[in-house]
Amino acid sequence: MAFFLLRRLGVMLITAICLTFIVFFMTNLHPNLEKLAKTQGNFRMTDEAVNSFLERNGYTQPLAVKYGEWIGVLPSHRDTDDEGKVTGRCIQPGMDAEEAPEYCGILQGNWGYSTVFKEPVEDIIGKRLALTGKLMFWVMMLMVPGALILGVLAGMREGSRTDRSLSTLSISMTATPEYVSGVLFIAIFSSSAVGLKWFKGTATSAMEDANLENFLLPVVTIALYGMGYIARMTRASMAEVMTSQYIRTARLKGVSFPNIVMKHALRNALIAPFTVIMLQFPWLLNGVVIVETIFNYKGFGWTLVQAAGNNDIELLMAVSVVSVIVVLVTQLISDIGYVYLNPRIRLS
Amino acid sequence: MTASDDYDGPILEIEDLSISFFTRLREIPAVMDFSCKVMPGEAMGLVGESGCGKSTVALGVMQDLGVNGRVVGGTIKFKGRDLGKMSMEELRDLRGSEIAMIYQEPMASLNPAMKIGKQLMEVPMIHQGASKEEAYARALEVVTDVKLPDPKRMLNSFPHQLSGGQQQRIVIAMALMSKPSLLILDEPTTALDVTVEAAVVDLVKELGEKYGTSMLFISHNLGLVLETCDRLCVMYSGEAVETGSIEDVFDQMQHPYTQALFRSIPLPGADKNSRPLVAIPGNFPLPHERPPGCNFGPRCDYFEEGRCNAQNIPMTSVKGFDRHRSRCLRFEEIDWDAPLAAVVTNAKSEPGEVILKMDNLKKYYEVSANALFGGSKKVVKANETLSFEAREGETLAIVGESGCGKSTFAKVLMGLETATDGGITLDGASIGDVPIEARGTDLVRSVQMVFQNPFDTLNPSMTVGNQIIRALEIFKIGKTEGERRSRMLELLDLVKLPREFAGRMPRQLSGGQKQRVGIARAFAGGARIVVADEPVSALDVSVQAAVTDLLMEIQREEKTTLLFISHDLSIVRYLSDRVMVMYLGHVVEMGDTDQVFSPPYHPYTEALLSAVPIADTSIEKEHIVLEGDIPSAMNPPSGCPFQTRCRWKDQVPGGLCDKEVPPMRRLAEGHEVKCHLSDEILARMTPVIKIAAE
Amino acid sequence: MEPLSTFQVILKILLILTPVWIGLAAIFALSITYKRRLGLFGKLFDSPIGMIGFALVMFWVLVAVMGGPLDMLVTHDALGQVSGMKNKVPGTPLAGAEEGEYAWYLLGGDNLARDVFSRVIKGSWIVVQIAPLATVFAFMVGITLGLPAAYYGGKLDTVISFLANLILAFPVILLFYLLVTPEIVETGLPSYMAMCLFVFPLIFLFLLLNSKFHTRPALRTPLLIGVLGVGLWLYFSLISDKGTPVSFMPSWLDLFDIPGGILVIFVSVVFVNSPTVFRIVRGLALDIKTRDYVAAAQTRGEGAWYIMLWEILPNTRGPLIVDFCLRIGYTTILLGTLGFFGLGMPPESPDWGSTINEGRKLLSIYLHPALPPAIALLTLVLGLNLLADGLREESLKD
Repeated sequence: MAFFLLRRLGVMLITAICLTFIVFFMTNLHPNLEKLAKTQGNFRMTDEAVNSFLERNGYTQPLAVKYGEWIGVLPSHRDTDDEGKVTGRCIQPGMDAEEAPEYCGILQGNWGYSTVFKEPVEDIIGKRLALTGKLMFWVMMLMVPGALILGVLAGMREGSRTDRSLSTLSISMTATPEYVSGVLFIAIFSSSAVGLKWFKGTATSAMEDANLENFLLPVVTIALYGMGYIARMTRASMAEVMTSQYIRTARLKGVSFPNIVMKHALRNALIAPFTVIMLQFPWLLNGVVIVETIFNYKGFGWTLVQAAGNNDIELLMAVSVVSVIVVLVTQLISDIGYVYLNPRIRLS
Repeated sequence: MTASDDYDGPILEIEDLSISFFTRLREIPAVMDFSCKVMPGEAMGLVGESGCGKSTVALGVMQDLGVNGRVVGGTIKFKGRDLGKMSMEELRDLRGSEIAMIYQEPMASLNPAMKIGKQLMEVPMIHQGASKEEAYARALEVVTDVKLPDPKRMLNSFPHQLSGGQQQRIVIAMALMSKPSLLILDEPTTALDVTVEAAVVDLVKELGEKYGTSMLFISHNLGLVLETCDRLCVMYSGEAVETGSIEDVFDQMQHPYTQALFRSIPLPGADKNSRPLVAIPGNFPLPHERPPGCNFGPRCDYFEEGRCNAQNIPMTSVKGFDRHRSRCLRFEEIDWDAPLAAVVTNAKSEPGEVILKMDNLKKYYEVSANALFGGSKKVVKANETLSFEAREGETLAIVGESGCGKSTFAKVLMGLETATDGGITLDGASIGDVPIEARGTDLVRSVQMVFQNPFDTLNPSMTVGNQIIRALEIFKIGKTEGERRSRMLELLDLVKLPREFAGRMPRQLSGGQKQRVGIARAFAGGARIVVADEPVSALDVSVQAAVTDLLMEIQREEKTTLLFISHDLSIVRYLSDRVMVMYLGHVVEMGDTDQVFSPPYHPYTEALLSAVPIADTSIEKEHIVLEGDIPSAMNPPSGCPFQTRCRWKDQVPGGLCDKEVPPMRRLAEGHEVKCHLSDEILARMTPVIKIAAE
Repeated sequence: MEPLSTFQVILKILLILTPVWIGLAAIFALSITYKRRLGLFGKLFDSPIGMIGFALVMFWVLVAVMGGPLDMLVTHDALGQVSGMKNKVPGTPLAGAEEGEYAWYLLGGDNLARDVFSRVIKGSWIVVQIAPLATVFAFMVGITLGLPAAYYGGKLDTVISFLANLILAFPVILLFYLLVTPEIVETGLPSYMAMCLFVFPLIFLFLLLNSKFHTRPALRTPLLIGVLGVGLWLYFSLISDKGTPVSFMPSWLDLFDIPGGILVIFVSVVFVNSPTVFRIVRGLALDIKTRDYVAAAQTRGEGAWYIMLWEILPNTRGPLIVDFCLRIGYTTILLGTLGFFGLGMPPESPDWGSTINEGRKLLSIYLHPALPPAIALLTLVLGLNLLADGLREESLKD
């Protein structure tokens, strides 16, 4: 088990490095840098001015070097201008160049400075992540039990009327992406045109004070899409387990139907959906971005859109790092959970 | 507990039972007009080929026919109570406590995520309301009864940690937890190896007597039924065709199907040249295409037009016998003792030149000890110093149970794997380390293979004709499309399939027909060596004979060398010239068929011979039961591979068996044995199978 | 003129869609008549779920084809603005309609005074064109890589699987933002990716034909020359576009140019879908690889690609067809997402995602610009999902 964990962690690390490098590469392509230079300086900069700006800030170094500096394994770039003043990433305003640390990448906790928000990136990420965490918590609380109940009830008696109606329901859920359901919900429950006005069409106020009125719609919007998918998986898995021989053994042993479902089928049926739930995270992030945009909830997803839309390289890099890590950690949890749930693998 | 405790009538009474399955298109009758009676303590065998409805009867008794199945007529009475009229609660009380069932696939019938102890304890906890402690004590007792080592550890394990034989014992233990009055066994040993099967059958018999349980034993194997049951019922296409006591049905059969069945199985005494098997012509009818009148009519030698197909045939009692009934209009007219008419016998073909030679072939695999977590590499010795020669036109049988390395050997010969050490020479050229990609067309087409599973041997998305034509293309036979097409049709003639089959898809063919196509494909390029990997073991008994004969016939004509891999000693004795017995990668005995099948034996051959069930009441077998399971090839025992299960081990002085792998010893011309036993002990061995004095 | 009532609006829409109803009826009548001879497709008509799904899908396909290239159903120019029609509710008559012009905005006008009804119909053509095609390309990539990964296993499998997992671990939305922004497009990265991804169908075709017919050179050589010739021409026309870094074909040879950002969108969608297809194909192939007919092909000395493409692949078709339907639905959703974030699509584009995005800004006051495209997308994806479910159920039966 320890060996397995170590190997998984190793693969995870390599994946994280590869992915961040790709993002780094793409955000540091020349047109992006040029745009950065122009937004930092002025929009009518000459090419020469752009180049000297880039050179001064170390953007013209080889990609691998820049990446190493960003990570914090290579000493950060410094530039001495005509007046002998030394500038660089590590040198905070008002700090003496001599005292400044040599390395200041993400490993040292220096995530950079957002050009859009004019704030250190780590502060933004922390704040926004907390907001999205709140959203995700409620999404999971709604989605996971809902999906499992839906799936188990449907798969319990394959082909029954309950199965047909619940399956159709979950299919409809997967067919409704967040930007459709979000729009429909707002239209029905909060627009003046329909006039129900039960909930609020924006969740901006939920950032400070979340309540049913301002938070239910975004939570439901994200949860529904994922719920349908997980419910279908659970149903398929449950239906398969219910036709397996050992369920027949249990039935012919005289076990009552509720006990067959609870004691014999459930654990075996949950192995597959568990992995699915965990692998849902890259998708959920999609939903988060869309929903935060629709409901104007300024969380992590909203930050991603802002960073990407405004060419805020360092913020975008930080967003990618965080989302890649979240995805990889959930994958790891899914692997471990799978092994735990499945004694065939655990004990072989 | 209830009034049924002092009930002394029949345990199970089935009358005129009919069961149908309903699909979208039609009603498919699975069982028709079926009656039988099981008395207390009696073991009833239910025999028939696949699709004859025997398992449906069992599920009908359990009242567990699924959504589509329904009892459409007749009654099933258990201890006098009609099961069909019971409520779900009453049925649930009965299931597991009064009627228990054992299934074919032990692994699949145990819950993989629940500890064995818990699965066993559930039964008394549900039915007797036992406490955890009582249930545990009972589980421990039963697990000891089924002779599993270390019962406490067993109860604390998950199913996948046990071997197949152990799992089946657990399933048996589970069935016996509440001492049921009726035990239904649905092909309980089909998934197990022969020697393990023998031990399990033994156990079932013993426990049946100990607990006084009545049994309904479902099997396709007549020999197994002979060993376990008191009475039997032969089924064909949804109907019982003959029922009676074992002796009556085996020795004085009164139905043409029973007779044909016995004539098509290789009993001792049958021989491919002097007394060949008689295959039942034609095919098993599909459930919705049954003929009018007698279902067996179209395939019956005694068929009489206008009489046998005119009406439904009822079961009739046979006069002069106890409870012996037959579903045949003509059974009183038929002379049952008449000898087989005009059997074509063949001259024994003389083997020619040596064409294949194996010399100290070794094949080792490196595998990770743990598939998921990686870890240390282990070497699996799949084949250990294999040496033999095969001659032109000869049939060499390779016998052994799972894990003996016979399939690995086939792979190496075919070039799918290369040998670790040693050599294979074909016509003097070394091919042992030439992988299939590097083999020339000539070589590839001269070594071909017939596969085991008929449902898997043909590509389901290509027509039969195109698959054979493709083989011809690859073998560079025929210059034009037309030539290949006519050659393909000839090949279909060769394997006795109608030419229209060329345009059919594999799913439209029956198992036996698919296997014929497989044979045609193997012989497409004029193969000189054909490896047949259990070519008939997945087929029904009546089809087996036909396919075996076909294979023999083509072999005789083409002078092909046949390497016949099998675990079934009956068929091996019937068709092979020489036999090679393998165990855990080693050849333990090799010789002419007669030499191997008569003493002196290798102890493993001896046990194997004893384990094979033979459907002949005049045969007396010495009873040898091997302890335990076949060791894993990943973790073989030290010294002699067979030492862990050998009953002769204490006859070898100095614990030699634990220390050294015995050398190959020559006992007689062409007869070799890998054993430490001294010559005199070997000479003392008695035949395992004896034909009782008439 | 009076504005139309809700009932009249529905009636008029149903009337305009008459050719679609006729088409649907014809397809259903034909299919049900011959359903016993049509294999799996025919069996679909035994399942109510499958039939509903098929009807929904065919409805949109017919609408798209008739409304798109045939220009039949649309009442107004999808890009044309009519003064005074801004944000007008459904059924509003056109102020000063000219002779021969349709007199109403059946589903109202959007914030730029364009006809919502016509835009939804024009938008369907974009989806119906891109989604299936992109899915086909993703399947080609997934199959061409997934089969050898499963068949050979070992290092090759490890490497390809790692790459696939890499892409799968990438948050889709981030990938889109990185790929589709104008700055990245300017560097030509998407065009280079297109070069790589679109070569897979050619490789696939080549391997498919060569492995089967290499035993008959007289047939193979002309066949390959013909197929690959046409294939290469299409390929070069596809990847060579004026105004991108990859532009080398003289215009008289270049069959077509992909307009605007469509190529970029296409590439991203294929790129995102391929790893999932890869995983599915790999899983199925691993299972089928152990069958005896594969061993039989090996023992008769067939080449690896013949075994992969002709022995293994045809027998994975059931699950793959089901996944194909699901994946078109998923691709439709992705396209909508792209439109929703305004990525890649030209700003005036009538595609559903962009229309929903524009409409949602005024959602609390005007429902009608956002709702029709949302419902359109919902029904199409629902149809595809139901169709897939019906196919799966029927393929498992009997």
